[in-house]
This record gives sequence, C-alpha cells and structure tokens, in this order.
Amino acid sequence: MNAPAISVLIVEDEKQIRRFVRTSLEAQGHKVFEAQTAREGLIEAGTRKPDLVVLDLGLPDLDGVEFIRDLRGWSAMPVIVLSARTDEADKIAALDAGADDYLTKPFGVGELLARVRVALRRVTTGSEGDAVVEFGAVRVDLANRVVTRAALPVHLTAIEYRLLSVLARNLGKVITHRQLLRDVWGPSHVEQSHYLRIYMGQLRHKLEDDPARPRHLLTETGVGYRLAGE
Amino acid sequence: MTDNRQDPDELLAKLRREEDRASRGRLKIFFGASAGVGKTYAMLSAAHELRSQSVDVVVGVAETHGRKDTAALLEGLDVLPPRYVDYRGSRLVEFDLDAALARHPAVILVDELAHNNAAGSRHPKRWQDIEELLDAGIGVYTTVNVQHLESLNDVITGITGVKVWETVPDRVFDNADEVTVVDLPPDELLLRLRQGKVYMPAQAERAIQNFFRKGNLIALRELALRRTADRVDDQMLVYRHDQAIGPVWATRESLVACIGPGPGTEKLARSTARLAKQLGVEWHAVYVETPQLQQLPNAQRESILRVLALAQQLGAQTATLTGQSPAEQIVAYARSRNLARVVIGRRGRYRWPLAQSFSERLAALGSDLEIVQVGLDASKSPRRASVADEGGKFALQYAGYAWAIAICALATAGATPLVSHLDLANIVMLFLLAVVLVAVRFGRGPAVLAAFVNVASFDFFFVPPRFSMAIADAQYLIVFGVMLAVALIIGHLTSGLRYQARVAGHREVRARALYELARELSGVLTQEQVIGISDKHIEASFHAKAVILLPDEHDHLHEPPVGEAAGSPVIDLAIAQWVYDNGKPAGFGTDTLPGSRIHYAPLPAPMRTRGVLAVEPEMARLLLIPEQRRLLETFAALIAIALERVHYVDVAQGALVRIESERLRNSILSALSHDLRTPLTALLGLAESLSLTRPALSGLQLEIAGAMREEAMRMNALVNNLLDMAKLQAGEVRLNRQWQPLEEVVGSAVAALGQLLTAHTLHIDLPADLPLVEIDAVLFERVLVNLLENAAKYTPKGSEIRIEAAVRGDELRIVVADNGPGFAPGSEEAIFEKFARGERESATPGVGLGLAIGRAIVQAHRGKIRAERGPDGGARFTISLPLGTPPDMPVASDEAPQSAASARAS
Repeated sequence: MNAPAISVLIVEDEKQIRRFVRTSLEAQGHKVFEAQTAREGLIEAGTRKPDLVVLDLGLPDLDGVEFIRDLRGWSAMPVIVLSARTDEADKIAALDAGADDYLTKPFGVGELLARVRVALRRVTTGSEGDAVVEFGAVRVDLANRVVTRAALPVHLTAIEYRLLSVLARNLGKVITHRQLLRDVWGPSHVEQSHYLRIYMGQLRHKLEDDPARPRHLLTETGVGYRLAGE
Repeated sequence: MTDNRQDPDELLAKLRREEDRASRGRLKIFFGASAGVGKTYAMLSAAHELRSQSVDVVVGVAETHGRKDTAALLEGLDVLPPRYVDYRGSRLVEFDLDAALARHPAVILVDELAHNNAAGSRHPKRWQDIEELLDAGIGVYTTVNVQHLESLNDVITGITGVKVWETVPDRVFDNADEVTVVDLPPDELLLRLRQGKVYMPAQAERAIQNFFRKGNLIALRELALRRTADRVDDQMLVYRHDQAIGPVWATRESLVACIGPGPGTEKLARSTARLAKQLGVEWHAVYVETPQLQQLPNAQRESILRVLALAQQLGAQTATLTGQSPAEQIVAYARSRNLARVVIGRRGRYRWPLAQSFSERLAALGSDLEIVQVGLDASKSPRRASVADEGGKFALQYAGYAWAIAICALATAGATPLVSHLDLANIVMLFLLAVVLVAVRFGRGPAVLAAFVNVASFDFFFVPPRFSMAIADAQYLIVFGVMLAVALIIGHLTSGLRYQARVAGHREVRARALYELARELSGVLTQEQVIGISDKHIEASFHAKAVILLPDEHDHLHEPPVGEAAGSPVIDLAIAQWVYDNGKPAGFGTDTLPGSRIHYAPLPAPMRTRGVLAVEPEMARLLLIPEQRRLLETFAALIAIALERVHYVDVAQGALVRIESERLRNSILSALSHDLRTPLTALLGLAESLSLTRPALSGLQLEIAGAMREEAMRMNALVNNLLDMAKLQAGEVRLNRQWQPLEEVVGSAVAALGQLLTAHTLHIDLPADLPLVEIDAVLFERVLVNLLENAAKYTPKGSEIRIEAAVRGDELRIVVADNGPGFAPGSEEAIFEKFARGERESATPGVGLGLAIGRAIVQAHRGKIRAERGPDGGARFTISLPLGTPPDMPVASDEAPQSAASARAS
C-alpha cells in the first residue's frame, strides 16, 4: 500500500499500553494519534478523521459502548475494542453497538497488527462491493450465489448459504450471535442460538478440512463467529 | 342513565369464583324426591360412562341396599375399601376420606350426601368430607334427597310428619357444578315399593309406610322439581350477572332476621334463608341481648347461639347486639347496613292489650322498613328453665334481698324517733329513699321487696291507727302505689344501667386486650417473642392455655419445646397439621373434629398461613360466644401478621447481607482483575515491541525480550487461574448455559491453545450424531483448555493426545487422554486438589490450579470428572455430563436449497 499513510487513533488511559500500541503501529508505517479519555477521543476522532480507532473499554469518563454509539452517529470508521474484562457481555455490547473487532488484554503485538490489518482491508476494499470472497480453497460468489470448494460446487441449503454470505460480507469481522440470528433468521429468532450453532457445524463439515479444528469459520467463544480470510 | 359496567368488587368476586372453580373439583349431585327413585343407579351408570372415556373414577361409597341391578353396576369399577369404626360395641362402615385423598382420582363417587359420620370421624357430616375432596381438586358425584336440604326441612316435616335429622346446608346444593334430577312418577315409585325394590330398614317400616303415601310423594316431587328450577333460575341470574346484562340488585332488598330468645326460632332462620334465596339477596341474622335476656338460663342462651350458628350455616351474616330496646337496635342495624326488610317471628300468645308488640314498636321506629312476620310454633320445644345453673346468681340475689330487708328495718328504726316532729308525708320520703337506695344498689327484685316491706312497715308503724295494718284513709293507697312504682322504675333503670356498664366494660376489656397485643407485637423482633407475648395475652383474655405451632421449611408442624410449658394442652399434631394445610379452624367449637377439647385456629397472614394457634379454654362457653370467637380470630390474625413481619425482617436482613457481601466480593475481584491485567498487558506489549525498535536488537537482546514476553504470559495464566478459582470458590459463578455442539467447544479450546499443541499429535474423535449439551461455553472451554494444557505440559514432545466423546445412558462422556507417563497410582483424587502438582513435574511451571478449576466448573454443570490411568499408562480424564432434554432442532424447512440458484447461475 503506497497510498497516503494510514492514521490510527488510540483511546486508552494507560500510558504504557498507549506507548507499545503506538510503537507497534508506527513500525508498520502508520500515523498514530493518542487520547487519554473518551471525550478527548471523540474530539480527536472528529478533527483528525483517522482511518481506524483502537478503543479501551475501561475508560474513566465514559463507557466505551457510549463512545461507539456516539462515533457511529457520524462515522463508519473501523473500531477495535480493547477489553480488560473477561466478561463476554461487555464485548458483545461493544460489537452490537458497532465495534468491528475486539482484543482481550493482555494481547500480543502480532495479534494487534493482524486485527488492524483485517479491519483496514475491509475499509479499503469496501465490504459491499466485493462480489467474490475467497478463503482457503473455498470461493463464495456473492453475486451469483455460487459456492465452490477446490473448484467443485458445494451444495448449501438456503439458510446455510445465508449464514455464509453474512459472514463472507463481513470477512474478518466478529459477528455476534444476535447479529447473525437477526440477519439469517429474522428478529423473532434472536434467542435461539442453538440453531446458529447447528448450522455453523454443518457449514464447517461442508467447507472445512477438519471441522473440529476449523481454520476459517472460527468460534469467538461466548461472543459470536468470524470468517477468517487467511 | 344506567351504567352497564360492573362494580369492580363484583368483578373481583366473579374472578375469584372462577379461580376457585378452576382449582376445585367439580361437584355433581344426583337429586331425587325420595328414596327409591334410582339416584345411586343413575350415579353408577354415569361412572361407567366416565370410565369408558378413560377417566380415573373410583367408588368411595355406594349404598346398593342389596338391590341386584344396582350392585351389578359396581362390577368393573374401582371400589375404595371402607374404613371400619368401632362405636359402642358395633362396627360401623364409614367412608375413608384419607384413603380417597391419597388415591386422588379424577372423580370419586360418594353416595348419600346427607349422611352423618360416626363419632370420632374428622368431620361430623359427610358433606364436609366432600368439601375437602373438592378442595383437593377431586371431582365428586353424590346423591341427595329433597327432604335433606336444610331450608326445606321444616316444610317437609310439616308435610310428611317425619323429622329428618340428617341435613345438608343449601349452599352445598346451590354451589354444586351440576345437579341431575332423578325423577320417577309417584305411581311407579309405589309400584317399585310394592315389588320390594326400595330399601326399607325393618324397624322403621311403619314410619316409612306412612312416609310413602302418594300425597307425600307428589308433594316431595313438586318440591324437588321446584328447588331444581330455583337453582336453574339462580344460574341464569348468575349468568346475567357475569355478562353484566342487567342492573345488579340493590342491597336495599337485603333481609335481617331478628333472632329472639323464644323457642322455635330455628324456623325463623330457615324461612328467612329461603326468602333471601328466592329474592337472591344476602341476609343477616341479629340477636339483641337486653338486660333481661342476659339473665336467661345458660341453656337457653346457648340455644340462641345455636340458632345463630345455624343462620351462619344457611349463609347469613350474624351479629349479636346489646342494648335496652331490641327494636331500636335492629332499626339502627338495618339502617346502617341499608337493609330494607326485617323478618320477625310471631307467636299466637296472649298479650296485654295495651302493651306494644315488638312488631308495632319496630314499625313505629322504622317507618321506612318493611316488616315480614313468620309464624312460629311455640309448642315445638317447650321452654326449659334450668335451675341448676342459677345457683350462683341466686346466692347473689339472696344477699340483695337480705340487704333490702336490713335497709328497710334501718329506715323504720330511723324514722320512729322522728314521728312526733315530722309530718307523715316526710316520713314517706325517708322510706322512699330506702327503696331508691336498694334499687340502685341491688336491682329490681330487692327493690320490689323493699317497696312492699316499706309499705307494710309504714302502714304498720306510722299510719294511724298505728301498730295495725288497717288503713284509716284511702289516700295512703296512693303512697303505696307511688312507692311501688318508684321501686320498679328505678330498679329497672339501674339494672339496665348496670348491664350497659358491664357490656361496655366487656367491650373495653376486649378492645384493650387487642390494643395491648397489637402494641406489644409491633415491637418484637423474634419468633420467640411473638409466641411468648401471644401466650400471655390469650391466657389473660380467654382464660385458656395457648400453644403456637410453627412449621419448618417443609411445612410440617412441630411440638413446641417441652419443659417451659407445664400444664400446656396436649396437642394433637395431626389435627394441627390439617388446620395448617387447609387454613380452616378445627377442634372444639368447629365442624371439624368437634370432640377435641382444644380449638385449633390457623394463623392467616397476607402471604400464607404462618402456623396454628391451639387454645384450650378453661370455660368452654367462652369460646362459643361469637364476640369471643371473633376476638380470637383477630388475635390469630395479629399474631400471624407479627410472625410474617418477623419472617420478612429475617429474609430482608439475609438478603441485604448477601447482596452486600456479593457486591464487595465482585468489586474486589474486578478491581483485582483490572489492576493485575493492565500492567501485564503493558509488560507483554512492551516486551514484544522491543523487537520492532530501530536499530534492530542484537540476538541476545531479542532473546531477552522474548523471555520477558514468556514470563509475562506465564504470569497472566497464573492470574487468570487465581481469579477464576476465587470466583468459583465464592460459589457465585452464574452459568450462561446454552445448547452447544461439543465439536464447536472442542474446536475453540484447541484453537485457544494455539502454539502449545504443535509439538504433540492431537486426535479428535467425535461421532457425528452427538446430541447438543447444555453448557456454559466459555467456562467449559476453560475445562478443556486446562486438560489439554495439562496433557501438553506433562507429556514428552511427540506424544499423542486424544479427545473422544460418546453417549452412555443419560450422560455424555468426554475423554481427554494422553500416552505420556501418567500420574502416580493413588493420586487420582489428589490431583484435583488446589495447588496439587502430583510429584512428577518439579521442573514444570504452574501452581496446579487448572484441574481444581476444571472440576469446580464441571461440578457447577452437575457433571463429574475423574482421572485414571489409561490402558497405555497415560493419564485419562473422563467428564460425564447429564444430557437433559435438548431443545427443538431447527426443522429442515430450508430444503428449498440454494442449489436452484446455483443451477441457474451455472
């Protein structure tokens, strides 16, 4: 990517964490802005118009979920959430509010950079425009509704296809159970998450080499699913 | 403008009625005009019909009276064995209520609704047994003849001349869900009678012959049909009511019956009940206790109380009023409750022509009231004056008479020296004073005596000619008359006043007792205090020993601790338990086991019955007086509310402590978790970012950065384990259980381990048809991660790790096994202990919390985990999880597949 430098905003109250995130991102050639509080972060986001926000959920002045809602009111820039808590409910709330991905503290630099890369790619390629999504040996042609694996057509039921297409359109992004149930089955089924798990298992059996050790249709335990591209 | 909306109270009553209906069993009555019309036969036939619809129907009692065709119908029905009661040497066969309740069929047949149970049964009447069955939700089929209905009892006795003692309150009949009339024209019945098809006990043959006259049978048949028609009419009215079709009754129509002291008042109660029924209004029965009536012998007072009880049974609201004039009291009562009609008894007995009758006084006082008179037959139960009771009262009266004579003597003696100085008219004043004094102090009787004595001594000692009873002047007759009149009037007034004072005194005592009890109970904090205070007050107010029985957490009542209560009543726990379960009083003074010496009252609090109050009165009569009963009920309610309050104080305190400690624990844990993880995150990230700095690090520096990262990771694992263990130990982990495919959880656990397993070979063998399991995926993933981590840590590189699962019975078994060195024999349990590390791995890091956490999580899922040596000597962990009932699988509704689209596209 030789385009103008990508800018990232870090909203985090811990100085040392800001420092290593900044170091890691700058090593990738990104431009980094920092903010210590959520309010400061919102102002920075408004003035600097960064390409991506890395947001700590445990900010002292404003709940992270509020931050995302506020931001989503006027911008679609990707948000990666840092959660120090083990409580899955916080992550789900952040994702449902519009966050793109999350990292549980402590996290490694490699993990951070990988997530940033995925999020940025989704922005640069444009999620809707991409009519063909490929992962492993699987090719999903969203325009023509054709799924092939190693060049052979794969037979999917209507629901399996809908599920796969939602994940494929959001390649690399974590989609919560609730979002998937709503998009695939409709708003009245958001409580029947076992439907989702069963169909996910069927998809894995049709598309993964070893369905018990999936490489692409990944489980984010307690949160949702993610389709990993690479 | 008429308002068609229903009164909210009425609506509520209707809802309650429907609610009661829903939980109560249904009562069906086979109703006949007389014996022999075939009620039992009809009932048994209906039972067969039910059976053919495979309803669980049981015969509780069926009196076949040796009729063959009826007995034949018992074939094929489940018959409940009867209960045998030994009564005065003979063996009686009775319906076994407890067996019926235990058997709990859908419908039970209990013949002869009006039957009187043998002495010592739980209820004196069979209809009460049936009420209990209905309350328990059991449907009941029963039979009854028209002459057994309480309100028709008199009428039928009048027609047939045969008095029936076994009666059933009309409300049982009226509240029945269904009444089927079993009708047989009199001629056919008489034919059956002649053919010997109707049961007749030999000893009563003549009486029954009299009974079965055609005229009687026609009259009875008419009554039965009319009574049923009334019922249908009522149902129609209730229907109209429920549908809010017509305007509801004005309460103005309601009746008030004046229960008097005379004989035959039962008829008044019954007639009023009947009238109220026909009018569809509620009614009241009121007894006004005047000073004169207060002095009636006890037997008669009790008969009045009995009539009031009968009235209550017939559906009346009863009240005992006190006052000088019954007419005034009744009019006031009727006006205050908006009752328009007063029903009074009329006896054809001689009255002074000038004295105003009760009805005339009533009419004069309450010109707006309608007065209904019911003819009473005074000869029915002749007045029985019992002198035996009166001993005490007489002793008091004798003293009064003696005092009267003494005061008169004193007056005579005092007046004698004054005779020469004073006018005779003034002497009379002295005597009058004496009469007034006696009247004020001792009441009417002694006053009358004093009047006579004074008249006599005045005449004898003072009226010329002195010392003779002769009277010179006729005008002295006026003196005699006045003196007598004054004595009577004052005596009457004072006795009335004294009575009023006494009544007011009683009232005051009762009000005071209630006030004191309420005041003391309002401050208590423990159950023991409630019991102590209640015992003390009941003893003071009722002259009775009281015991309060409280339930344990399984709703079983227990004897109070013995020792402190010497001489306390001997409690029958079975009765007490019945009272607690049914929420109705029993024992002395009630319909249930009235033979007991102890009265058992439930303690009804707003939320539930809080216990049972057992009262053994020293004077039985004290508990029969309606006011005292009401006072006891109020006491019980106060005690119950106090018990409930104490209970909720405990609950609230417990909850507060729990909430507070949970809040504290959670805040400590989350603070700890945040405070520990934040520096770890920075440490880890900084160590990693070292490798990104320019200029690039040397090999050694890189190695050090890598080691720092490793150590930070280990520290993180340790912190995670400690925090998890702390949460699990607190016992407050809330499982977020969802139906999960095991494959997914295994997959995410393996993914979570990442690099750790690369040096090992992992075999995952999960059958395709494994059912879903209801688990908390996040926690269960921890279990698998810990087990796999354990296996990876304690086996050499290149070892095999296997994950298998299978259904065994109602369990899902998950096995994680390795072919490493395994653990020391005998340590299978010890490795699950906290901080246990076996003994083989002194060089391997970790504090050995992993397995302890795993076990705690599995146990929270009501599962088991055990360790054993595998066949190849390696460690083998088996998790067993209960399967439960998985939810509906998504139906394969989407079999209109995407293939159509793909076909089109390709």
